Amino acid sequence: MQIPYTVEQRPDTGLYNAKLGVWLFLASEVMLFGALFSALILLRTGAATWPHGYEVLNVPLATMNTMVLITSSVSMVMSWAALRLGDFGRYRKWMGLTFVLGLVFMVIKSIEYAAKFEHHLYPSHDNFMATYFTLTGLHGLHVLGGMIVIGYLLGPGSKMWKTEPERFTNRVEVVGLYWHFVDLVWIFLFPTLYLL
Amino acid sequence: MSGHSVEEIRKETRVYVLVFVALAVLTLVTVGVSYLHLSFGAAVALALFIASIKGSLVAAFFMHLISEKKLVVAVLVLTAIFFVALMLLPVGGYLGRLR
Repeated sequence: MQIPYTVEQRPDTGLYNAKLGVWLFLASEVMLFGALFSALILLRTGAATWPHGYEVLNVPLATMNTMVLITSSVSMVMSWAALRLGDFGRYRKWMGLTFVLGLVFMVIKSIEYAAKFEHHLYPSHDNFMATYFTLTGLHGLHVLGGMIVIGYLLGPGSKMWKTEPERFTNRVEVVGLYWHFVDLVWIFLFPTLYLL
Repeated sequence: MSGHSVEEIRKETRVYVLVFVALAVLTLVTVGVSYLHLSFGAAVALALFIASIKGSLVAAFFMHLISEKKLVVAVLVLTAIFFVALMLLPVGGYLGRLR
């Protein structure tokens, strides 16, 4: 049996199913990160003292990571545009770049974490470090999850381009929406944790 | 998959590049502003204002919300209401303690 509405739009929603599915998933993700941001506000406003992020964390590394993630968002959307133009070769280059940039983000994040551990700064150190590791750790897991799917769409999953190009293009669009959301979360995490 | 023409898609890619430049510049502005050592309230307001502009650019153009179906927008409006409520809970508590 064929899965319905993978390419054509459902008449009642006006969307193909995966697109509505990913938007609903992203709505739940907003609430997940929202709960953690809410906890951060609660802890910070209730604390007698709270360190400035720029005094404890590495702002230049985090700025670099912001640039890396923004660039990966552009490369992701470019890979989708390449498929819409029917250029699979260009898709592979842009998607490959997105994967590499995701990897660079994770490497920089690991360097940052290693430096914290070297100074014996663990989540148990104080509420600030607990919040920092929880928020950036969860975000990092999202980057990792996105990279696994991107890897699949670059490797075995890309075979679908030959048989069902429109469905494959939609898959890339859906993964792109997720990836941009991960970028969007970082856009708020960066100033909240590192600069205030 | 969109039924856009080749020219329209090429035009979109040029917009993506412009959005990328805007995001990069705004990131540098965010970092630059943090060195001004403004009062905490002003720093929070400014940082969140710039982050909101950046977030809106990503959502509008990269996630193409600017041309998305009403159902998606409705889902997001509902999400935004709950998100704001979630943020207001601790802020309300804080303001209550200040009284």
